[in-house]
Amino acid sequence: MPLVKGGEEIANDWIFAADGTVLPESAQISVSLARFLALKKGQENGPLPVGVRLGPADDPAELEPYLPELRLIEIDFPRYTDGRGFSQAQLLRRRYGYSGEIRAVGHVLRDQIFYMHRSGFDAYETRRAGLSEVLEALAEFSEVYQPAADGPAAVFRKRHGA
Amino acid sequence: MYRYDQFDARLVSERVAQFRGQVERRLSGALTEDEFKPLRLQNGVYLQLHAYMLRIAIPYGQLSPRQLRRLAEIARDYDRGFGHFTTRQNIQFNWVALQDIPEVLEKLAEVEMHAIQTSGNCIRNTTTDHFAGAAQDEVVDPRAWCEIIRQWSTFHPEFAFLPRKFKIAVTAAEHDRAAIRVHDVGLHIRQQDGVTGFEVHVGGGQGRTPHIAALVNPFVPETQILDYLEAIMRVYNRYGRRDNKYKARIKILVSELGEAEYIRQVEEEFAAQRASEKIDLPAAEVARIHAYFAPPALATKAASSKQLDAAKAADPAFARWTRANLHPHKVAGYASVTVSLKPIGVAPGDATDTQMELVADLAEKYGYGDIRVSHAQNLILPHVALDDLPEVYKALDAAGLGAANESRITDMIVCPGLDYCNLANARSIPVALAVQKVFADPAYEEDIGKLHINVSGCINACGHHHVGHIGILGVDKKGEEFYQILLGGRADEKAALGEIVGPGLKAEDVPAAIHRVVEFYRTQRTSPSEKFIDTLERLGHQTFQEALYAAG
Repeated sequence: MPLVKGGEEIANDWIFAADGTVLPESAQISVSLARFLALKKGQENGPLPVGVRLGPADDPAELEPYLPELRLIEIDFPRYTDGRGFSQAQLLRRRYGYSGEIRAVGHVLRDQIFYMHRSGFDAYETRRAGLSEVLEALAEFSEVYQPAADGPAAVFRKRHGA
Repeated sequence: MYRYDQFDARLVSERVAQFRGQVERRLSGALTEDEFKPLRLQNGVYLQLHAYMLRIAIPYGQLSPRQLRRLAEIARDYDRGFGHFTTRQNIQFNWVALQDIPEVLEKLAEVEMHAIQTSGNCIRNTTTDHFAGAAQDEVVDPRAWCEIIRQWSTFHPEFAFLPRKFKIAVTAAEHDRAAIRVHDVGLHIRQQDGVTGFEVHVGGGQGRTPHIAALVNPFVPETQILDYLEAIMRVYNRYGRRDNKYKARIKILVSELGEAEYIRQVEEEFAAQRASEKIDLPAAEVARIHAYFAPPALATKAASSKQLDAAKAADPAFARWTRANLHPHKVAGYASVTVSLKPIGVAPGDATDTQMELVADLAEKYGYGDIRVSHAQNLILPHVALDDLPEVYKALDAAGLGAANESRITDMIVCPGLDYCNLANARSIPVALAVQKVFADPAYEEDIGKLHINVSGCINACGHHHVGHIGILGVDKKGEEFYQILLGGRADEKAALGEIVGPGLKAEDVPAAIHRVVEFYRTQRTSPSEKFIDTLERLGHQTFQEALYAAG
């Protein structure tokens, strides 16, 4: 599936190993939060992945101790109307200080991408928007009314010289 | 009032461009209707029974004459010559074509208006006291904080796909005219030791499972209120139910968790915020926004007016109107005027293009350019000199806007019902108009005094039937419309939910039943100054219920 990150379309060389499947011998594996914690606690044997996929009900606080070793967190949107992933990303970036990749996967539409980017996502896996559409979506608004996980100063600061 | 600067203007015009693209992608098939739906909803576009409906935001109910004239123009050019003011202080147009909507949004943007977040599962228009800035009983003008909340909540990236819609109301007066206890979040601005802060109520709402909001925090200082709201929103976004749309409002989260546990979760989230997560609104920005709401420079007047007294003596209808439709102003010699959109026989809350233009003219000539929309679906001229009232009334009355019924029995809150809405089970406008007729004699209505009747055409309660002193709820029984009557609701600082008193009535039996209840009240009140709701609370519902069903 097309993957857009850093302003370009890139190859996706990560593999998601679903619960109950064999963990492949690869450096770039992601697993569910439950499986990651089971591996961490030794309840399941196998190589320790450096990627985790969060479902909407998962609590990102459970990942906090392990964030320095993670390179990829996928946030799954089974239905694009389920907005819990936006809060998960904000927490990972702003409260727990995670700086690796946060990738939106699942039902990811062009019209969510601006808000995803603001919430801390930096990669988008979607069949529903090509590179040019993702880039357009990211540029749709040139100002923001409130601080979030992305860079730009909110207008209430710019109005006073920020 | 607030004026856009370059930033606000750019964001609104970028939104118009974005929606134009979304409509094009829908029309080309790139977006499915399911995928388009949440996008159009967040721009106020509903698909109704007959056509698309466009709901336009009127932030905290305030309009300039120029804006109201633009709404009149849109009513004329894109609708059928009228608009419908809503209980959320917004306006709806029921007959706008989808392909025209981007153009309408452009015309709105020219006068600093939009339809952003007027529907959909996001934070909606923040509403407030329609007498804000003029009422004697407010501690501060709440509009500046409404505008701050408007900006914070606009395009908030984390809270655009909530479990369900989310409505915030703000009051700064002891007498609550904004119905804050039946909102998802109700804020009451208070002052404590020289600090302005907010009493925070959460989880009120109407619909099929009505709740009065829980008091979650008695005082959040103004410097922290946006952070506190973020904590409330995040707990809701993460834990509000998404498995059942009828259980997805925040009121269900609060009631399922229990107030104590809900408060604990909000406080825990609030306490966990790091310094870098705090919004930290600069004091200069708070001051900048407050400056837009400086009181108008009202000419000094005597506390009483000879012109007013003479006109009252000469015209009993005018005198009656001044007894019903004026609200005391904080400045001597002035009053806030309610322009009733509830004349006998007209769909409540509707105004024609020419009526809107007249109100805009009057606001310019006599009202310091300030117009409000009330949640009771009337228009307000908040600052009118007592000397000018005879002229204002004359012009209003000539345009069919002279009804003397503010907060009286014919000033009903009514949803559009089955005549327009595809959720409704029953018509609400015809039954409301039939009840109005019973009380059409102005002297009789005045004798009855303050009495709120609210009418909804289905359990979604857009007509606020749960909080009417008398509520009327339309239901469908095997293809026939029936109306259940509720008694004892109120939306003010003593908010309470009305109780259904018994079996539903046929539409044709509703007016006489309401008449019997009102007559019963008139025989039971201790004096004409005892209001219906007070007599009802003193005597209990039982005897009123008997009167309601005492046929013949």
